[in-house]
Amino acid sequence: MDVKFAKPKSFYEIYERKPGANKEGIHYCPGCGHGIIHKMIAEAVQDLEIQDRTVVISPVGCSVFAYYYFDTGNIQSAHGRAPAVGTGVKRTHPDSIVISYQGDGDLAAIGTAEIVHAANRGEQMTVIFVNNAIYGMTGGQMAPTTLEGQRTTTTPYGRKKENEGQPVRVAELIDALEAPVYVERTTLSDVKGRTRTRKAIRKALKYQSENRGFSLVEVLSSCPTGWGVTPVDANQWIREKMEAVFPVGLLRDRAADIEARPLEPRPFVRENLHQLLEIPEPGTGDAQAAAAQGAGEMQHVDERYRNPRIKVAGFGGQGILFLGLGIASTGMELGYQVSWLPSYGPEMRGGTANCSVRVSSDLIGSPIVAETDILVAFNKPSLAKFEPDVRAGGVVFYDSSLIDASPQRDDIEAVSVPATQLADELGNTKAANMVMFGAIAEKTGLFSLEEVRQHLGGYIKKKKLIPLNERAIERGATYVREGA
Amino acid sequence: MARVILKGNDAVVRGAILAGCRVYFGYPITPASEIAETAAYYMPLVGGVFLQAESEVAAINMVYGAAGAGARAMTASSGPGISLKMEGVSYIAGAELPCVIVSIGRGGPGLGNIAPEQGDYHQVVWGGGHGNYRNIVLAPNSVQEMADHGILAFALADRYRNPVFILTDGAIGQMMEPVEFPETVVTPPEKEWAVGVGAARRPNLISSILLDPDELEAHVAKLEEKYTRIVEQEVRAEAYELEDAELVVVAFGIVSRVARSAIEVLRKEGCKVGMLRPITLWPFPEPQLRELAAQERVQRFLTIEMSNGQMVRDVRLAVEGRKPVEFYGRTGGNIPTEVELIEQIRCQTEA
Repeated sequence: MDVKFAKPKSFYEIYERKPGANKEGIHYCPGCGHGIIHKMIAEAVQDLEIQDRTVVISPVGCSVFAYYYFDTGNIQSAHGRAPAVGTGVKRTHPDSIVISYQGDGDLAAIGTAEIVHAANRGEQMTVIFVNNAIYGMTGGQMAPTTLEGQRTTTTPYGRKKENEGQPVRVAELIDALEAPVYVERTTLSDVKGRTRTRKAIRKALKYQSENRGFSLVEVLSSCPTGWGVTPVDANQWIREKMEAVFPVGLLRDRAADIEARPLEPRPFVRENLHQLLEIPEPGTGDAQAAAAQGAGEMQHVDERYRNPRIKVAGFGGQGILFLGLGIASTGMELGYQVSWLPSYGPEMRGGTANCSVRVSSDLIGSPIVAETDILVAFNKPSLAKFEPDVRAGGVVFYDSSLIDASPQRDDIEAVSVPATQLADELGNTKAANMVMFGAIAEKTGLFSLEEVRQHLGGYIKKKKLIPLNERAIERGATYVREGA
Repeated sequence: MARVILKGNDAVVRGAILAGCRVYFGYPITPASEIAETAAYYMPLVGGVFLQAESEVAAINMVYGAAGAGARAMTASSGPGISLKMEGVSYIAGAELPCVIVSIGRGGPGLGNIAPEQGDYHQVVWGGGHGNYRNIVLAPNSVQEMADHGILAFALADRYRNPVFILTDGAIGQMMEPVEFPETVVTPPEKEWAVGVGAARRPNLISSILLDPDELEAHVAKLEEKYTRIVEQEVRAEAYELEDAELVVVAFGIVSRVARSAIEVLRKEGCKVGMLRPITLWPFPEPQLRELAAQERVQRFLTIEMSNGQMVRDVRLAVEGRKPVEFYGRTGGNIPTEVELIEQIRCQTEA
């Protein structure tokens, strides 16, 4: 038997997935280009010996059933999303060979974003783009590549550039990007074109197997059914009409500039995972557990400041959120329930920042502090905005070096601390928030100064800043104690 | 083990990595962006993949590809971004792929705002995408549960080959609380059905297309059979002060915490009120509600949500008209205060 024309091994011998009685023929119409392109891909996969690691992505369109035929891994994807799906496969298995097989509606209309960005990332995949200037599967509607004047079921009077725009030249579009290694447009309209197409597909797959990057081969292909012509006339139409709009030829081959590179191994890391994730490692936490045992009902704290609902507010950059975090983090280390909630999003852009902090011996319900026991204000607008929320008998700490007014209400306690000025005297304006922390601790007794100092390392990442912060805390406490 | 103070959006990622997630695709959106940022920071350190996709649509399809290739894959978004992902979620459910999607609720409809809301209950719990499918939906109400559910979600996703949502809101995502992580480090199971590399993987097909009506019907029936198993085995809910409750509050997520504080106060005043907090929104804790509805002492239910009343329909379906089901909701991104809920709950009791 003559084996010269044997079916490539990367096609199934029998198409078991194909419904109906005929398990050996293909589902494409006579004269359609898909079958030819499939065969070229299958031969290349076989010859490059990549069958066991190839994953073909079937798009939406007539080639939605490509998985009937390819004896490779197969994924069927949503309309236009094949390059994104391929990205997911390739990033999971960098040693796989991903073929994104797409038609013109799929790639150049609904999937425009996916193809452009996969190409722009230089995603290591091969895109075979079948351009037949029409939506075949849905019954002959206009494609982004439909020619001007071409009649389709949705351009019954012919495509007009004033209404539908002009055909999208995909190969040129992709060639405008930096990353792709190889872009070529070929045609199936004659023997020369088919030879060229066969070579282009092999080259694109070879480049992927060498990890040289993203390739796209645009193939001008016929759809006699959709066009309403014979297969012979269809080829003539490609030659005369399509090739005039979509010039055939090599747009880019940068393989010579890109070294074939071996894959970087990406091992699944599970050793020291807690350390890498910066979370407590197994076997730690006895100190906290002991603290939790002793935390009790906060009996040592004056009743006015027990289980406080705290609001810290000021300008962005004043360390507002950080002071809140410091209070919450210290509370946690001492075994209390704590919560911290920032104002987030656009609210932050206006230059004001605030956070709600709760420290409690009981489970915390809402992390939002509306009625406030302790307000810490670092600028005038914050004092004005949040003073009304302070409960009768609550306390307001305010930075008197920046706020030239005192709280208006007489049913609350006001503690003026020139935190910014004191921080300046310590040599760093940014320590104003920690000056205030010292003042809060001294005044309320919520934490002792020693407890605040002891747990600084829990939330200050730069250890060299700890001495400055210790001085700031001490200074704030002294100010409250001695009034200067 | 020691506790560490983290944002909910951060804790869910670190939990997921402990659970063997090594692939993350996402797109920035407030108030969910820290999830992508945390993944971007840690994934490269643990041999994982982080990629900022060109769109929400691309991100969920990258998840489809990675899940189809056997990875424990994850994405996250909020309101409008979740809407965009729904096409992909339907494909993932149809192809029976496991994955985890975190939805950090914000105010809607439309661009709405970025404050915490629960108005995405319908789209996440009841489907959102096209066709006959269900999502498993977890509803954490603390940063601790964000971490725990980041781990649990992958176990459920793989057990049932089904998308799992973690549905919460901007407050839980943005707030910091102490978290304790488990010691266990998970190596994900080998998935024989996935595509990938090697002759053994070659016969595999990931697909959701079944042209033949009978074949598709059989597939849907198979999914239904799976969903029945999930309903039987995976309902999770927390009961609070329900032993003698005459009024049953039903609330999930952030507002369940405010309700709990309100109930605590009302209990001290002698009001016999308790709460059922769904931890899984699907499967919904119907058996628990049905049983409560059958109790003679239970006089009514009050569903409290930060939406226009979405979960309340599930509560009514479960109660089957046996007892009145009232609703109190806030929208716009407002979290009701404790005082507000005390008034609402009391008023309902006296009504």
